[in-house]
Amino acid sequence: METALTNTEPAVEPRTEMEKEVEALLADYDKTPEDLIMVLQDIQGKYNWLPREALEYVSRRLDVPLAQIYHIGTFYKAFSLEPRGKHILQICMGTACHVRGAMRIAEEYERQFGLKLGKTSEDGLITFERVNCLGACAIGPIVVVDGEYKGNMTVNRANAIIKRIRREDSKEAGDA
Amino acid sequence: MPRITSVEQLKAHQQKAKQELDNYPVMVSLCHGTACCAIGAREVAAAFEKELKADQSVKFIRSGCHGFCEVGPLVVVRPAGVVYQRVKPSDVAEIVERTVGKGEIIDRLLYRPGDNGKVYSKEDEIPFYAKQSKVVLALNSHIDPFSIDDYLASGGYSALAKALFEMTPDEVLKEVMDAKLRGRGGGGFEAGWKWKFCKEAHPELPHHIVCNADEGDPGAFMDESILEGNPHSVIEGMIIGAYAINGADGFIYIRNEYPLALKTFHNALKQAREYGFLGENILGSGMNFDIKISRGGGAFVCGESSALFRSLEGKVGEPRAKYIHSVERGYHDEPTNLNNVETWANVPQIIKKGAAWFTNIGTPDSPGTKVFSLVGKIENTGLIEVPMGITLREIIFDIGGGIKGGKAFKAVQTGGPSGGCLPESCLDLPVDFDKLTDAGSMMGSGGMIVMDEQTCVVDVARYFIDFLIEESCGKCLPCREGLRQMSVILHRICEGKGQPEDVDNLEKLGTTIRDCSLCALGGSAPNPVLSTIKYFRDEYLAHINEKKCPGGICTALIEYFIQPELCNGCSTCEKVCPSDAIHPVAGQKREKGELRIIDTVKCVKCGACIEVCPTDAIIRR
Repeated sequence: METALTNTEPAVEPRTEMEKEVEALLADYDKTPEDLIMVLQDIQGKYNWLPREALEYVSRRLDVPLAQIYHIGTFYKAFSLEPRGKHILQICMGTACHVRGAMRIAEEYERQFGLKLGKTSEDGLITFERVNCLGACAIGPIVVVDGEYKGNMTVNRANAIIKRIRREDSKEAGDA
Repeated sequence: MPRITSVEQLKAHQQKAKQELDNYPVMVSLCHGTACCAIGAREVAAAFEKELKADQSVKFIRSGCHGFCEVGPLVVVRPAGVVYQRVKPSDVAEIVERTVGKGEIIDRLLYRPGDNGKVYSKEDEIPFYAKQSKVVLALNSHIDPFSIDDYLASGGYSALAKALFEMTPDEVLKEVMDAKLRGRGGGGFEAGWKWKFCKEAHPELPHHIVCNADEGDPGAFMDESILEGNPHSVIEGMIIGAYAINGADGFIYIRNEYPLALKTFHNALKQAREYGFLGENILGSGMNFDIKISRGGGAFVCGESSALFRSLEGKVGEPRAKYIHSVERGYHDEPTNLNNVETWANVPQIIKKGAAWFTNIGTPDSPGTKVFSLVGKIENTGLIEVPMGITLREIIFDIGGGIKGGKAFKAVQTGGPSGGCLPESCLDLPVDFDKLTDAGSMMGSGGMIVMDEQTCVVDVARYFIDFLIEESCGKCLPCREGLRQMSVILHRICEGKGQPEDVDNLEKLGTTIRDCSLCALGGSAPNPVLSTIKYFRDEYLAHINEKKCPGGICTALIEYFIQPELCNGCSTCEKVCPSDAIHPVAGQKREKGELRIIDTVKCVKCGACIEVCPTDAIIRR
């Protein structure tokens, strides 16, 4: 290659819609391999998961092999290589929440609603995940619904959350 | 704001900022930490801003964590120091009218512990605060974390000016060494020595300054609260550290699970750059230094130094063998000094007030204070800062108010997944780095999880091992495979299928993993099991021999039962039962209906009935 690739000019012009969106996310970075984890976090923040198309573009843009991106994507908990549900439901499994009964809530979610930790419901509505301590132990157990913390959870109140999400969704479907 | 380029300008600006604050006759401080926000502080803040919009005489701040999370959202009205607890948006108009306007105290919003009729109106009278001594958290409820001027008004960045213009780098280093400041992240290694080793390593290479804010211990939120409440103290500490060891650049590695801390710190960095505390020619001294934020990807192992550096480099966070010291070969294999948030936040205070002041607090071997998050089955959940050497009993019973609901104390877990459970007999231990380690636990970063009689220590041990299996990077065999085998045994015990030799095998496995693992994660991973076997062997044996869970937690070993003498027949439990396992007993009249019983065959042991029973008639046994 005659001209060396520099980090300031796009090595590859973004062509597709998604590539353009990813290029916009990259604007804040120096575009070195060192930025990889944070870039992936931004992509995950935008799409709720890491689509392959976006990763391929990042691979070319930051000059990191796709295999290495896959390594990062599977090592760190924050990333998902599969599409996640419309709603993200997280249960805090910090020690304080655990001793206050978070596990019973998780068990009930699986038993009553078929929600498995780390999985998305078959209808694609809810992804159920565990997080390791949100730093709000005083109000544990905590369930986070799409980023909103719901503290002092009980089995009954936690069940009501799922019922509400499902009710609102079927209402939306009815309206549409 | 033009950059501050000399000490004189800094002093003038501090004076001006202080004057501006003093001009407000009243200040209202609302706790806007993560926990209070989760229970409505944002709505309360909006209500205050609406009420006070026209009033220029009141300073309203959304501050960092005040500490007393149990009764949040908290509001303090100064200078009187009146504390209001569990404030709702509907209370705000009255607070503004009566307390802010007329100086009256609103009785119903005051803190009332228990039924003994005691009422507390002032911050310093509340027992939760009375035994604390705040150094790192001192400014938390007094300043707006998004305002660098508030920090300057309290004398912020004076320590930096003192270091840069009145001390040589070696004098700064000596001061920190004399203070015997030990690493607050868990290791307890003396920061001064670490700085010295780093400084002396490879003079031909650039040196890096890193702040570890990857607070991964579940049940710990000390560093989060410091970053959210007083970010500039950490920045100031890091700049002083860079001056002492000739640091070229700085990094802070923050968990992505702390969105508010990230936002606060990001803003603080921006302000520090605008004011000239970061960037080129800091305060006109000729020193250049800046700090970059790196967000963690949610891997517990990245709190380990060598794994953290790999993650900073954009790679997978796998630790390496300990004989390569990170002070010599850290970030990009260059000398790197890593300290955690609380350690850095202590540095400006030590420089400002001197090593002698610092060593006067705490114990000779562990001077200073320590921040703990006091959580679990405790009456007063919250964030506390206490002098080292205080006993566990004072923390749990005097500050923490004892066990929730008057139940009996069983154990306190310190040190996160690397620590251990200590029983009642250890409660009079003074809390410092060495004493807790001697007892089989460790200080750790400061999570303190209190457990009552209705906690199962085997279940807690299993919880930590399962946590660590998830978080083990998988590089070395003892940790990767050994923990799995421990988990198999622990699950078996909790399910009532334990074998007589299981406890001995757990001990053997545990010591092997401890001695043979590559990094500190594996090396300390068996602690939760080994310490619970040491102090609670009986409970393990009860699970194995009698098929009983004394804490009433392990689902396979318990049954739900309605005590006939307490049931009032209200049928609330029957309505919430998801498996139709609760039925009335014909002919057994109670005040509100017929007595209920639980069909143990149908019961799925979800606990929904216990939560709703108004008379606490349902028990697990």
